[in-house]
Amino acid sequence: MPEPSQDPAPGEKIAYLGGGSASSGFFTGLHARLLLFAPYRLFVLLLVEMGFSGRSLVIAIPYLWLLAFFLAPFLIVLKISLAEVIVAQPPYTPLFVFIEDGFIAIQASLENYLFLMEDSLYWKSYVSSLRISLISTILALLIGYPIAYGMIRAPKRWRFALLMMVILPFWTSFLIRVYAWIGILKKEGLLNLALTQLGLISEPLTILNTDIAVFIGIVYSYLPFMILPLYANLEKMDLGLLEAAADLGCRPIKAFWVITVPLSLPGIVAGCFLVFIPALGEFVIPDLLGGSQTLMIGKTLWSEFFNNRDWPLSSAVAVILLLVLVLPIVLFQRMQERSTRAEG
Amino acid sequence: MSDTGATGTAARSSGASATRKRWEPWNDPSERPHVQIANLTKRFGDFVAVDDISLDIYRKEFFSLLGPSGCGKTTLLRMLAGFELPSSGQILLEGEDMSGVPPYERPVNMMFQSYALFPHMNVEKNIAFGLKQDGVPKPEIERRVAEVIEMVQLNAFAKRKPHQLSGGQRQRVALARSLVKKPKMLLLDEPLGALDKNLRTQTQFELMNIQEETGITFVIVTHDQEEAMTVSSRIAVMDHGKIVQVSTPAELYEYPNSRYVADFIGEVNILEGRVDSREGDHLMIQSSEAGCAIQTGPSADEPVGRQVWIAVRPEKLSISLEAPASTPSSTWVNCLAGEVWDIGYLGNLSIYHVKLDNGKMVTATQANMARLIERPITWEDRVYLTWAPDAAVVLLN
Repeated sequence: MPEPSQDPAPGEKIAYLGGGSASSGFFTGLHARLLLFAPYRLFVLLLVEMGFSGRSLVIAIPYLWLLAFFLAPFLIVLKISLAEVIVAQPPYTPLFVFIEDGFIAIQASLENYLFLMEDSLYWKSYVSSLRISLISTILALLIGYPIAYGMIRAPKRWRFALLMMVILPFWTSFLIRVYAWIGILKKEGLLNLALTQLGLISEPLTILNTDIAVFIGIVYSYLPFMILPLYANLEKMDLGLLEAAADLGCRPIKAFWVITVPLSLPGIVAGCFLVFIPALGEFVIPDLLGGSQTLMIGKTLWSEFFNNRDWPLSSAVAVILLLVLVLPIVLFQRMQERSTRAEG
Repeated sequence: MSDTGATGTAARSSGASATRKRWEPWNDPSERPHVQIANLTKRFGDFVAVDDISLDIYRKEFFSLLGPSGCGKTTLLRMLAGFELPSSGQILLEGEDMSGVPPYERPVNMMFQSYALFPHMNVEKNIAFGLKQDGVPKPEIERRVAEVIEMVQLNAFAKRKPHQLSGGQRQRVALARSLVKKPKMLLLDEPLGALDKNLRTQTQFELMNIQEETGITFVIVTHDQEEAMTVSSRIAVMDHGKIVQVSTPAELYEYPNSRYVADFIGEVNILEGRVDSREGDHLMIQSSEAGCAIQTGPSADEPVGRQVWIAVRPEKLSISLEAPASTPSSTWVNCLAGEVWDIGYLGNLSIYHVKLDNGKMVTATQANMARLIERPITWEDRVYLTWAPDAAVVLLN
């Protein structure tokens, strides 16, 4: 979109700002809809008067969003992670200190980060978190894929009901659903009761407060995040392709592996990241279902923050956690971009 | 229905075959059919999609299933491919019963209407897919894939993915993919449906060349009568799950066995009448719709008073400003009188819509053989349409 050379009438400017072929369709649409509101229109007109182009304004929305809700909190956490604990309100040293003669001193130390490396608890927590969320992601994929596949192959009139069954649990509190698992998994819980009644086991199984309970909890809680992108992806697939494969001599099971699975790869990747990323920082599930030996970084962070009241150290833990997550998030973005480009 | 078609065919072609050798395996009793369809029926719930169809298709034929949408032609094709199981009846391919043989084991390939190209594979891999499934050795796969890519002229696009190709190129990939396995029968479901008119005409001739080159039996489904007429050795006209007539394109056009076929293939004027008398080998028909007596060509005996329909193609009517010499007009035979209602000038020919005295509209076409800007016949002229007795067809249903 070229810069407006003359000074068009305000009405024309709005039309001009709303249309056009900016890079992101979603934000162009959002921008166009926001233009209907007078305050936003005024704000935009002001910016145009100041010499901003319509295109840069459209791009500005996501940037402002990220700035306000992502970068600013991150900088605050980063700042705290460089401080030291003191008994005060807030419980850490300030970054900037006024000293004599009007000078400002910057008070920062990497001590917290060094401590993270020295104490094996932290890196063990990170590794254990990675292990648990990785295994949970694979389990969620193994369970979610057949469910999503079954949903798209089910008769059309059932699909909505099946989709609701996946989404419905979201309408209950996450915390309550995790608590419910305690009732199921504990020694005298529903699962053990059912198994002993059926005569499958004589002694009740110890599941609660083990890693297995954590896997169950994470897979249960994040399964919809696996199923929904897979469903959306598989639904788009042309079932004629499977007929074509069969016609060319490919058996149905093989056709699943050489046609369906490769074509659903974007859905698999999206689902895996949507499970893996939140699972890595998960705190509630390991705390409620896991045992004392279950190490997860979210739990460690919680205890540093609330039990030890060590804000700087827990901030450092959070910053490192974010760095660990940056790699998969960037990979995820790349994949998403590539698949949208392939479709377009 | 098909019986009348077959006997008629035999009678007519016996005369012609004395002078010219024609390839007509369906008229050769010693020839064994390549595909035999026997009493094939397919029901979807209460709906009968294919209704007791029997049909023989011969080796190297380019066979068309022609009919309006919903006539069951695609269902029939899908049963040949194995995607639908017949409710009853049989399909024999080279004498072998195909029921219970799944699609992936049939020596038959299909070109899908949507092309159904694998989007994650490039052109080469799409084409090689079928050979790979059969465990063909790699060097042979490469050779055969290169061969068909050459045949459909896609050499420059071998490494492209389907979404990087135009509609016409995708159509070629789909064709190449279904040809590469050298199937005993190639099924084509509206293969040219998605192409624009120019490309379609061009591709029709390419399809015919490829069919001739490979010698594979083609069975094509289409709703486009022009396409069917162009490419086919024989056409089966279908309606409501039944086959109405199976004939060569020329026979279908010149000797339709019903008003449905006459109307579906090309343009036709249909005049209703009753058998009045028999004179020698032809019938005289009295028709109030025509407003004159109609003399037919040599035809079978029909009882006097039977209701018949006379079908005359527009190009077989000659249009004239002069009334026939004989008087009075009540003695006229094969002559329609009326007023020019509309003229369509197409350059090579002109279409005249003539309103008869009783109000019925009749269409006549005339080739524009002379270079004239001013045609002698114009709007509201009184004209006389005449035709030779054997130019019209007597239809009984």
